[in-house]
Amino acid sequence: MISLQVDAVVQELSGLVGDKAKVVYDQKAGFLRVETECKNAADVAKKMKETGFDHCISVTAVDFPVEGRMSVVWHVSSYTNSKLMGMLAALTVNVERARPEVPSLVPVWESAVFHERETHEMFGVGFAGHPDLRQLLLPDEFKGKWPLRKDFKLSKKREDLFNKGGAEP
Amino acid sequence: MGQEEGSAYFGNLDEVAKKAGEFIKRNRLASKVINWGYTYSLWPAYLVTACCGTELAAASAPRFDLERLGFLSYGNPRQSNLVLIDGTLTVKMAKVVRAVWEQMPEPKWVIAMGACVLDGGIFWNSYSTVLARDVLPVDIYVPGCPPRPEALARGIMMLKEKIKKNAGSKPGVQAGASPGTSAPEMMSGR
Amino acid sequence: MSLPKEVPFTYEALSQIELKNGVIELQVGPAHAGSGHMRIVVWVEGDTVVKVDPDIGYVHRGVEKLSEDRIYIKAIPIVERPALVDTVNANLAYVIALEKLLGLEAPPRAQYIRVITAEISRIISHLYGIAIFGIFMGSSTVFMWALADREPFIDIMEELTGARITYSHIIPGGVRWDLPKDFADRLEIALQYLERRMKDYESIWIKNPVVEARTKGVGTLSATRAVELGVVGPNLRASGVGYDVRKDSPYAAYPDFDFEVPTLSEGDSYARLLIRVEEIKQSISIIRQALKKIPQGRVIYEDYYKRMSPLMKKIYDETGRVKFTSLVTSLSPPKGEAISRVEGGRGEVFYYLVSDGGKTPYRFRAVTPSFRNLPYFTHVMPGHKLADVPVIYGSIDYFPPEADR
Repeated sequence: MISLQVDAVVQELSGLVGDKAKVVYDQKAGFLRVETECKNAADVAKKMKETGFDHCISVTAVDFPVEGRMSVVWHVSSYTNSKLMGMLAALTVNVERARPEVPSLVPVWESAVFHERETHEMFGVGFAGHPDLRQLLLPDEFKGKWPLRKDFKLSKKREDLFNKGGAEP
Repeated sequence: MGQEEGSAYFGNLDEVAKKAGEFIKRNRLASKVINWGYTYSLWPAYLVTACCGTELAAASAPRFDLERLGFLSYGNPRQSNLVLIDGTLTVKMAKVVRAVWEQMPEPKWVIAMGACVLDGGIFWNSYSTVLARDVLPVDIYVPGCPPRPEALARGIMMLKEKIKKNAGSKPGVQAGASPGTSAPEMMSGR
Repeated sequence: MSLPKEVPFTYEALSQIELKNGVIELQVGPAHAGSGHMRIVVWVEGDTVVKVDPDIGYVHRGVEKLSEDRIYIKAIPIVERPALVDTVNANLAYVIALEKLLGLEAPPRAQYIRVITAEISRIISHLYGIAIFGIFMGSSTVFMWALADREPFIDIMEELTGARITYSHIIPGGVRWDLPKDFADRLEIALQYLERRMKDYESIWIKNPVVEARTKGVGTLSATRAVELGVVGPNLRASGVGYDVRKDSPYAAYPDFDFEVPTLSEGDSYARLLIRVEEIKQSISIIRQALKKIPQGRVIYEDYYKRMSPLMKKIYDETGRVKFTSLVTSLSPPKGEAISRVEGGRGEVFYYLVSDGGKTPYRFRAVTPSFRNLPYFTHVMPGHKLADVPVIYGSIDYFPPEADR
C-alpha cells in the first residue's frame, strides 16, 4: 500500500521537474531523494511545493573533505496533503568545498529561515538571498571558524581540566 | 576634643563609629548572630545556566522544599547574595554570569552544581564551554549529572557550616567569609 | 482586553524599525524572571512590541560536533541532556535511527516498554510546561502543584532505571531493564492520583477568569501560517493542524493502541494550554492499554542475548537487567543514512544520522522541537503589548537547552 503511493508521488514529481533533478525513493533509508544542481535548486523547490511538500524540517550540510565537496540537504515534509503526510523528501545539492554557495530557499519555505542561519554559521555555506544571515547560536568570536567542518578539531585535552587555580574574586 | 557641629561629649564621631563597628565584628557573640542571619537568608540571583536548572526547579517544589532552608529565589541581582551555577557554562553565558556577580553586594557566595562545572562533565571537550572556576570563585561544588535535589540541599547546608566557621576565626577577617579566602569544599558521598 | 495590532511582517520593514524615532530596544535578558536561559531583544513603541529578535545560544554545547567524537553508544547521554524534561523521546529517536542503520528491530516486549516510558515522559514534560507557564504569569501555586505532581512518576521511573530524569534506558536492540514485578500496580496508583489532581487543575487554573483574560486571543497563529512557519507539537495542533507523528508515521508499538489526537482551532495561548491538559489524559489512556496488553518475552534482541556470557545471562534471568556485551559498546553500522522522527512532549524530534562504517557517527543532525518553534518570537509576538511577551513565551513551552543543543 505504501509503495503504490510512493511510486505515484515519484512519478508526479519526476514529471514536474523534468530533467532538472533526479527523483528516487531510497528504500533502505526510508525517504525520497531529490538531487539537483545549484542553479536549479529554486525551481525544483517550487515544484516540490506544488506537489504538496509545504514545510521544511531541517537544513544541514554534510562535509566530505576528501572528495572536496559539501552536500547541502533540505529535509521537507507535508502537514496538509494526506498522500504525503508521513513521507519525507531530501533535496540535496552538492557544492564545491572551497566556495559553498547555494540559493536560499526561504522564499519557497519560510520555515527554513532559522535552519539556514545555523548552517551558515556552522559550515560557512552562503545562502544567497537570505534576509538575515547573522550568528545564531555561537558568539561573535566564532565568526569565520565554522566549527562543524571536518578540519575544525576539538582541541581540549584532559590535562587542561585539572585544577590549576581559580578566578579572582 | 573637637567641638564640631553635632558632637557634644564624644569627640570625633566618625572615628568612634568605626571603632565601634570593628569591635562588634570581632566580638564572637555578635558575629555569630550576624552569620546566623546570613545562613538563613541565602537568596540566589535569578539565573538558570543550563539543564541542571530543572533539578533546581524540582528542588524548590513542595517535595524537597528548599525554602525552609531560607533559600528564596528573589529575582534581582542587587539584592541577592548567592549565585547558583547550575549546569554547563558556555562562553556566551559566562559573560552574563560574571556581570551578575559583579553587581551583587558583598558578602556573596557561589555554589556550583553539576558535573559540567566540576571538570567538564560529558561535554568536556566542547568548543564553547568553560569551567566555572575560570569565571567565578566557587565555594561549594555539588557533583552529579544532574545532582539530586537532596544533594543540592546538602550542598546548601555545607555552605552554612562554612559561613559559620569563618566567623571570628582571625581578627580582621570579615565575618561571613568572602570567597577566595578559604579553599572550596567538595561534597563527598556518604 | 484589546486585540493586538496588525504588524505587517517583511524583512525590509524590520530592518528600518531600529532607526525610527520613539522605538526603544529592551533586552529581556538571561537573568530575568520572564525569559529562561535566552535573551529576547524587544523593540517597543510605547507599550506595543514592534519587533522581536530571539538571541539564543546561551546553552549551546555542540551536541552535533561532540557526537562525531564519541562512539555510538556513548552518544546517548549527549543526546538526552539537551531535552532534559523529556529524555525518553530524545533517546528513543536516536536509537530508532541507529537501529535502522544496523538493520535490526527490538522484540515486542521491549517496544511496549518503550511506549510506556515514552508516555510517562510526555506526562512529565507537559506538567513541567504547565508549571513554567504558571510561574511566568505569576502563579506560584500552579508551579508548586505541577512540579510536585511529577514526583510520583519520577519515583516510578527511578524504581525501574535508578535515575530520576536521565535514564538512558533505551539501547539499540531493546531496553536495559525489564519491568519489576509490582510495576503495573504502582503505576496504576500514580495514574489514579494524577486523574484526581487534573480535576483540581481544571477548577483552579483552567477555568480561572484571570488566566482566560490573559491568554484568550493572545499569540494567535492561524492554521495556514502555522504550516508555513513549520511549528510543531501541541502548538501546531492548537492552531488546527492535526499532525502527530504517532499517527502519521508510527514507530515502536503505537499502531497497537487506540488514542485520539486532540486538535483545536483557535490557535491562541489558551488553546495551547488546553491541548496539553488533553494530551495528559490521552497518555494516561495509552499507558493503561499498554500495561494490559504487554506481551511476555525478552527485552533485548536475540542476537545480542546469544552473545552474552553465562554470568550476564544469569543476571538477566534473575533481575531483568541487560549488561552490555562488547558488541554493543563497539557498534560499527554499515555505510548509509537513516532518519528518525518521534513525537516528543514538545513536538516532533528529527534526527538524521550518516554513517561511514566507522565506530563514531560521520554526521549527526539533530533538530529539536523547541528550535522549530522559534518563529513564534519573530512572527507572532509583534503587535502585542509588552506584558504579553511572557505569556506567549510560556504558552509555547520553549525550552532553551533543547533549542540550542
